[in-house]
Amino acid sequence: MAADGRGGDQAVSARAAEAAPDGALLVVRDLHAGYGGQEVLRGITLCVRPGEVVCVIGPNGAGKSTLLKTIFGFLRATRGAITFDGVSLLGRRPPEILRSGITYVPQGISTLPNLSVDDNLRLAAYVRRDRQVRDDIERLLDAFPALRARRRLRARTLSGGERRILEVARVLLLDPRLVLLDEPTIGLSGAAVEFIYEKIGEFRRRGLAVLLVEQNARTALRHSQRAYVLEQGRVRFEGGGEEILQHPEVRRAYLGGRA
Amino acid sequence: MNLLLTAVVQGLIMGLVYALVSLGLGLIWGVVDVVNFAHAEYMMWAMYATYFAVAGFHLDLLAALPIVVALGFLAGVCTYAVLIRRIMSAPAVTQIFTTFGLLFFLRYSAFAAFGPDFRGITWPPAGGSVLILGVPIGAAQVDAALAALITFGLLHAFLQWTKTGKALQATAQNPAAALALGIEVERMYMLAWGLSIATAAVGGAFLLTFYQVSPTVGDAFLLLMFASVVLGGFGSVLGPLLGGVVIGLVESVAGNLVSPTFKLALVFGALLLVLFLRPGGLLGQERRG
Ligand SMILES: Nc1ncnc2c1ncn2[C@@H]1O[C@H](COP(=O)(O)OP(=O)(O)OP(=O)(O)O)[C@@H](O)[C@H]1O
Ligand SMILES: [Mg+2]
Repeated sequence: MAADGRGGDQAVSARAAEAAPDGALLVVRDLHAGYGGQEVLRGITLCVRPGEVVCVIGPNGAGKSTLLKTIFGFLRATRGAITFDGVSLLGRRPPEILRSGITYVPQGISTLPNLSVDDNLRLAAYVRRDRQVRDDIERLLDAFPALRARRRLRARTLSGGERRILEVARVLLLDPRLVLLDEPTIGLSGAAVEFIYEKIGEFRRRGLAVLLVEQNARTALRHSQRAYVLEQGRVRFEGGGEEILQHPEVRRAYLGGRA
Repeated sequence: MNLLLTAVVQGLIMGLVYALVSLGLGLIWGVVDVVNFAHAEYMMWAMYATYFAVAGFHLDLLAALPIVVALGFLAGVCTYAVLIRRIMSAPAVTQIFTTFGLLFFLRYSAFAAFGPDFRGITWPPAGGSVLILGVPIGAAQVDAALAALITFGLLHAFLQWTKTGKALQATAQNPAAALALGIEVERMYMLAWGLSIATAAVGGAFLLTFYQVSPTVGDAFLLLMFASVVLGGFGSVLGPLLGGVVIGLVESVAGNLVSPTFKLALVFGALLLVLFLRPGGLLGQERRG
């Protein structure tokens, strides 16, 4: 585990810049980004491989959402590199990045409140030009019966859990290779959290790569192969999900110290 | 009783015309989240364009219409691309001053180009009057009301039944979420501006058959446009439609049965009352998120 969050920055980024990790689909190297003049990400290096759930945890304001926004092209990186399957994503806009095989579920509500569940699903396939969309939506609704029952209702009438399920389900319509999820289980009941993680597990088994940001660190780490702990825009710890879960310092700082 | 019926029918017909010229204001406000104070000036320019096509080039109004509407669409797209795009994330005050500036620019360039004279056309099919529920109404007004209904129908169908229309709605409801779905939000804003000014052009063209144009014609309409949009509420094209009709009815009934002097006071009194009871307007929907 690289615990060199402070002084070791230079060394870490230099090492990471040399060799791309084996088989990594997404590689982020020494990434700097922020809002206006204010730098929020201060040299993030991480990677995600196919068939892997990677979780990013950290306190409020650590830069977790900023990281996902920068990967998806909502924000411009001021320094560093982001490559997806060997191709740089820097300077690309979200629609292009989406077409290249990455989908993004932002923090907070991202369903379209005054459109029906059906329309939300059709728009999730907005960039597709083929004729299979209708069939794919039917198949999706088979897998998510809660949504089928509400397909004609406006999304604003869904419960928080149903809305999150819709946001996670619609990812599948694009058949992505990498999914970015920002706090998919925040505010959900135990059953809904289980359901979402079950689906994330299915993504992984299909060979998708998942990069997940969570507040609910304990549950997230249990469902992740690897994890990064972000603090003030830097990677403070990294390691296997279980490994981070057991790490004394992480437990003290983020997991309330309990077993 | 007969007087009331006359007032109601006249109000309904004028209300549809108000609705037509207000539609585009509501569209930009709802989708782009910009208040276009220059909306009535675009309508004025469309009236001049129609005037020159009909009086200058001897085109029939219906032959001139597609040209005027296409020019309106183009003007809307250019306005967004050249000007509005730059102030999208600016403070509201900047946006207000920008579209106010646009108002004066469009008005005084019309003064410079056409002078202060009033001009009108006669369109033979719009001559005379027709009976609606026994009330005689100018054929020109009736034609304009029909144009309004057709325009609303077309726009509604576009928004409800096409993929691009749905993407436009998505952009109105949550631009960041729309962008995350791959919707080119900028292009949607441009489209909204194009459609907005195109509908103002339809309104201006038909208005010209019974209302003369001068560079200040917008004065009589801008406040009624605002009242229609705010009264009806955002979120669908039905808002301005209902708002325009209600404004037309109140204006006509108040003007005919109470006193013409008070009609605008009563129109805006009605507006305040509706906003007091339903701050989002009659058909208001929650926006954003
Ligand atoms: N749009 C913005 N403009 C300016 N500053 C922002 C913006 N969004 C976030 N920030 C700032 O950037 C920093 C990191 O924010 P970010 O949203 O990435 O944190 P986070 O780790 O996702 O936190 P949370 O757990 O609360 O979601 C914070 O200090 C925040 O105030
Ligand atoms: Mg966040």
